[in-house]
Amino acid sequence: MNDYFAVFGLPRKLRLDGEELQRRFYELSRVHHPDFHQGASEEAQARALSASALVNRAYRALRDPLGRVEYLVALEEGREGAATKPRAPMDLLEEMLEVQEALQEARAAGLDEASRQRLDAERQRLMARRASEEEAIAARAAAWDAAVDGQGDRQGLLDWFTQRLAARAYLGTVIEDLSDALGEGEEGHVSHRRH
Amino acid sequence: MSRIVGIDLGTTNSLVAYVEGGVPRVIRDPEGRALLPSIVAYTPDGILVGEPARRQLVRNPARTIYSVKRFMGRGYEDIQDELCHCPFEFLASADVLRIKVGDSAVTPPEVSAHVLRALRQRAEAFFGEPVEQAVITVPAYFNDSQRQATKDAGRVAGLDVLRIVNEPTAASLAYGLQKLAQGTIAVYDLGGGTFDVSILSVKDGIFEVLATHGNTHLGGDDFDRVLVEWLLADIRETHRVDLSKDPEARQELRLGAEAAKCRLSFDDRTLLTLPFEGFTYHRALTRAEVEGLIGPLVEATLGPCRMALKDAGLTPDRIDEVVLVGGSTRVPLVRRRVQDLFGRVPHSQLNPDEVVALGAAVQAQILAGGITDMLLLDVTPLSLGLETLGGVVSVLIPRNTTIPTMAKELFTTSVDGQGAVDLHVLQGERELARDNRSLARFELSGVDPMPAGMPKIEVTFLIDANGILQVRARELRTGKEASIEVRPTYGLTEAEVARMVEESFEHAEEDVNARLLIETRTEADTVMTHVERALAQGAGLVSAGELAGIRGALQALREVRSGQDRDLIRERTIEVNKATERLAEAMMDAALKGALSSRRADEILGPK
Repeated sequence: MNDYFAVFGLPRKLRLDGEELQRRFYELSRVHHPDFHQGASEEAQARALSASALVNRAYRALRDPLGRVEYLVALEEGREGAATKPRAPMDLLEEMLEVQEALQEARAAGLDEASRQRLDAERQRLMARRASEEEAIAARAAAWDAAVDGQGDRQGLLDWFTQRLAARAYLGTVIEDLSDALGEGEEGHVSHRRH
Repeated sequence: MSRIVGIDLGTTNSLVAYVEGGVPRVIRDPEGRALLPSIVAYTPDGILVGEPARRQLVRNPARTIYSVKRFMGRGYEDIQDELCHCPFEFLASADVLRIKVGDSAVTPPEVSAHVLRALRQRAEAFFGEPVEQAVITVPAYFNDSQRQATKDAGRVAGLDVLRIVNEPTAASLAYGLQKLAQGTIAVYDLGGGTFDVSILSVKDGIFEVLATHGNTHLGGDDFDRVLVEWLLADIRETHRVDLSKDPEARQELRLGAEAAKCRLSFDDRTLLTLPFEGFTYHRALTRAEVEGLIGPLVEATLGPCRMALKDAGLTPDRIDEVVLVGGSTRVPLVRRRVQDLFGRVPHSQLNPDEVVALGAAVQAQILAGGITDMLLLDVTPLSLGLETLGGVVSVLIPRNTTIPTMAKELFTTSVDGQGAVDLHVLQGERELARDNRSLARFELSGVDPMPAGMPKIEVTFLIDANGILQVRARELRTGKEASIEVRPTYGLTEAEVARMVEESFEHAEEDVNARLLIETRTEADTVMTHVERALAQGAGLVSAGELAGIRGALQALREVRSGQDRDLIRERTIEVNKATERLAEAMMDAALKGALSSRRADEILGPK
């Protein structure tokens, strides 16, 4: 797996200056983008294409703080692809049983006003919950950076991130399902489920 | 490196441009026209392109192909809802779309190639040297098949297409080069047949597209279509005639509606006068009336704008500048709605018809190494995915990912000794494969016989800077490249493109004079038809001497029409035009009077 931090000459730390990252992204783009290798040999062009694709993927993976945590965990654990996707915590799955039941009912029998309101309230609650999960994850970025410098439990943090990210992803799925059931999914544009 | 031109291959019009002394310029034809109508007429005498082809629209509707861009890279089942609006006929086929022309058939890339070749000839005449390389623009929301079809058209026209650029981003380059737009900008591009919106960050010469969205089947053509339907209904009511099944009349109405729409961008009201068999149709149209008709179509562009903003993670107040591109942005209603949405007055300093071609020329200059401080970082408009078990799509590259980009995926076999693996690649945002655009099926073959699950085939999906997919595969244990057979779902195969390129070389030898003779003859035919129709309707409006003069001139033209002397035909055509000047004026006067006297004032102003 490519180390996207290394692409930008950065250590595997989570606190990043967004503008500085963008500056380096632009700098590398100016070096590698195929536009500037048009007259080169076929091999050189192919190399530019690969290098440019790598820079673009690296920037995409790192520019968003939460996406950065996801990428870091995958990188540190050497995980790739969807096959080894971590499961959501058991307690969360249990907690959601009731919502899932209500969803199934809604799908089978349609929504009356009362159940619509109930699902909508549930969705609001889950969105708030997801927001607080995200805050909690972001708040641990500093602890990770300290661990990289030798001051903390790297593996413990990684496990914790893995758990919280899985919880967040699962919450996202349920929120999406609720939106669909409420008929508020974006028509024709079901958003992507990260894998 | 030789000269690279920038081409805007539009739904309605096409242009070619180049950069000189750091300034992009459009190349005009000898008559000074920048726009080449994207129309190709297959007449019994030969093929006409551009303005002469436009004059065939009414005379020869079944063999005059316009708006072919709407059909690029599409399949027969995609266009069912449009068939009834087209005067030309499509052949039912499972793969690439074919348009019936007499006894044979042509594909949309071949039709587009004629337009591209005409532009190439225009550029060659201008430079006095061969032009073989081009940057061609496409709507940002074009999928892989549509992009590939455009590239194929370029090849058939004898052009090496160095880059496919998205139209709104090309426009941003033209604005950016002249420092007319900086910061976070939104480009709203409503052309003849397509709509795009792109959100960009323009900083330090880098044009980074943050998100794009659009609709490849929404544009000025659709405005015309709703107008035509409305006029057809009006004619049914006022004249008790149903013209909807008459392709020539429909084409007349479409051209009349299009012209009226354009006039209403500047005037509050306009008069439509169209002569048909047995009657002349007069209709006063107001801007408000037309806005009522096209309103829903304009609204339909706002959803994609909101989606693009959302994908860019921005709210409308974060947009510093809004740029308008495409002829349809001249419509005042469009301007108002865009201004409402973004809360700022949009830019339109650069001619909205030309700005995309100018931007393509800038990109061409970047590729030629002539501009080194500007770089466009574009995105892929649609998510790319693979069909997995149960017909569900697994997304490999999400939409709005900066290109070039790549994704790798591991595959294995499910049966002992299996020698090949099939992959189905799709583009789109839906969860089920059948709801997305099928791009191609790939067969990975030459896998060494191994127990099921043992082979590890790594497939690399790479979207290049053109937004076009390339696929490579490798068996990891042996390191052997697996061979891939691509079966494009709607595209031309390599062999077909090669055959077309070959054929086009044969046609390229066609004598230019022969083509000019055809154009002159068809122009004469058009004039003769018009004059005969005018004589049938308005002979009573001018003196007998006047009439004799017209008939004499007509006869003189008829005698030379099929001859080889082009100058003589043109001379006599001009004579006919001169002889009929007074008749045309008299008919226009009569038409105006007729319109005013035969109807009450509120009728002319249109329904409230």
